[in-house]
Amino acid sequence: MRSLFSIIRQRAEKGVSMKAVVTTSLGAVLALFTATPAYAAGAEGQAVNPWVALAYLVAGVFFILALRGLSSPATSRRGNRFGMAGMLIAVVTTLVTHSVGNIWEIAIAIAIGGAVGFVIARRIAMTAMPQLVAAFHSLVGLAAVLVAAAAFLNPGSFGILDAAGNILAVSRVEMVLGAAIGAITFSGSVIAFAKLNGNMSGAPIMLPGRHIINLGTLLAIIVLTVLYAMQPVAGAGEGWIFWVVLGLAFAIGFLLIIPIGGADMPVVVSMLNSYSGWAAAAMGFTLHNTAMIVTGALVGSSGAILSYIMCRAMNRSFISVIAGGFGAEDSSGGSAAGGEQRPYKQGSADDAAFMLEQAEKVIIIPGYGMAVAQAQHALREMGDVLKEKGVEVKYAIHPVAGRMPGHMNVLLAEANVPYDEVFELEDINSEFATADVAFIIGANDVVNPAAKTDKSSPIYGMPVFDVDKAKQVFFIKRSMGGVGYAGVDNDVFYMNQTTMLLSDAKKMVEEIVKALD
Amino acid sequence: MDFISILSIFVLACFVGYYVVWSVTPALHTPLMAVTNAISSVIIVGALIAAAAANVPGAKWLGLAAVVLASVNIFGGFAVTERMLAMYKKKEKK
Repeated sequence: MRSLFSIIRQRAEKGVSMKAVVTTSLGAVLALFTATPAYAAGAEGQAVNPWVALAYLVAGVFFILALRGLSSPATSRRGNRFGMAGMLIAVVTTLVTHSVGNIWEIAIAIAIGGAVGFVIARRIAMTAMPQLVAAFHSLVGLAAVLVAAAAFLNPGSFGILDAAGNILAVSRVEMVLGAAIGAITFSGSVIAFAKLNGNMSGAPIMLPGRHIINLGTLLAIIVLTVLYAMQPVAGAGEGWIFWVVLGLAFAIGFLLIIPIGGADMPVVVSMLNSYSGWAAAAMGFTLHNTAMIVTGALVGSSGAILSYIMCRAMNRSFISVIAGGFGAEDSSGGSAAGGEQRPYKQGSADDAAFMLEQAEKVIIIPGYGMAVAQAQHALREMGDVLKEKGVEVKYAIHPVAGRMPGHMNVLLAEANVPYDEVFELEDINSEFATADVAFIIGANDVVNPAAKTDKSSPIYGMPVFDVDKAKQVFFIKRSMGGVGYAGVDNDVFYMNQTTMLLSDAKKMVEEIVKALD
Repeated sequence: MDFISILSIFVLACFVGYYVVWSVTPALHTPLMAVTNAISSVIIVGALIAAAAANVPGAKWLGLAAVVLASVNIFGGFAVTERMLAMYKKKEKK
């Protein structure tokens, strides 16, 4: 226990927030202890050992520590171990406290799932991380649906029956909500996966009257849930409402994600992350299980915060993302702006190598295009050569670089770029004024000054890098034809200090490395 | 446990989550998503209870299926997080 608290203390970065964490955790502990006698007395006369409740609580605390560890890369792996330990405690406690007649069936189920999960985790490419996370979300969603359905068919073993053999009204609401949120997470994640994986076009698909359909479906789910809760008779597996709500929830998850364009996928993946948490929390309510409730709340708030961060980085409101249709409006605006040809300077790898060598400070701005071209290893090599020549090299990462929160950091880490050379937008933006070279590779919209000046631009208001303040700008781009994800022209191409390096990102960086030697 | 006690734990846990997640460094947001994914599979607790109750066969099979799905997530989620975190290295001091 002592080491536990010392870790909490060590990881305290901001005094204020940490104090709040400690107070709230203490509050949660107190709430549990005051609640324990009621727990032991209630729930169908099942004898509940207070140690069991305590074990689940410990699992919950371990999950909190798992997330807490991620406050710095140095403590993150220990955090992950806490997460694993928490999960082990939760699973073992459950198996020990229930009379399990079919332990072999369960062991086989865990072994099958575990083997599949482990192999996928080993083999997956880091560029495919967003798809993987979306796929995992869909599994949590489906698992929640299955558990809710099992509780509906066999409420006795979940301890949610009243004396007359009806499912408790509160439990009915929790169960239906858990199933509905799970179903939305499942079908939404499947669509998000298909869009990210390229099985489905990233373009938004607009149904006529979709807002009315969506709101109607949502309303129907709420009304049916209330009706179900008020039913006088609701025995095990009785009634059609549960299944109808489930069907509607599957449909709305599908309908909600279909109209959202590829550029907004980071927000969608974060949002589905949040939903998978709320689904787990709802099932925790049904089961009166502290570990599930605590975890659900953690995951739910985590996903919600990540969605908020992503929306802020794109200067979009959450509602407008969910309502959908970013990409569709832009394609028309982009083609209209691309009518005239403006003069730009084109350079070669040798020019770039010469300027980079002379520089004192180089800031590299990688975007998803770099990952698509698989240029991250070549880029790190270039950074290494420059550092050997005494150049200060820093990497600047925009929150929406990559296709999910923090994706670019993982891609750079995979290429062995040390994390203390990688900086976030707010931390590095003031340094462009002192930088000799800004080196843009595979990024576009995140350096577009139109976001600051042009009110009619679709990306207006989005925070961007001030690359125009750097003495020299190199911009690697495949050709002048294509425009960024948001489909807008970029004034950086035509600035006096900009040299365009028109080539495949990986080939160009490799040529620069060769020219540097 | 009565509903209000459970709700109290839930609301307080939301606040804990809020402060803990804001203190996560943006560089680790992808591992954060992977690990939250793994821990949300604590839903396996519900799946195990359903799978262990043999009196309703339909519910038992649903439970076993949920155990498989949640296990994919638990093992996959923690393993992929571990793999990502192992990549984050500090600058080598010469």
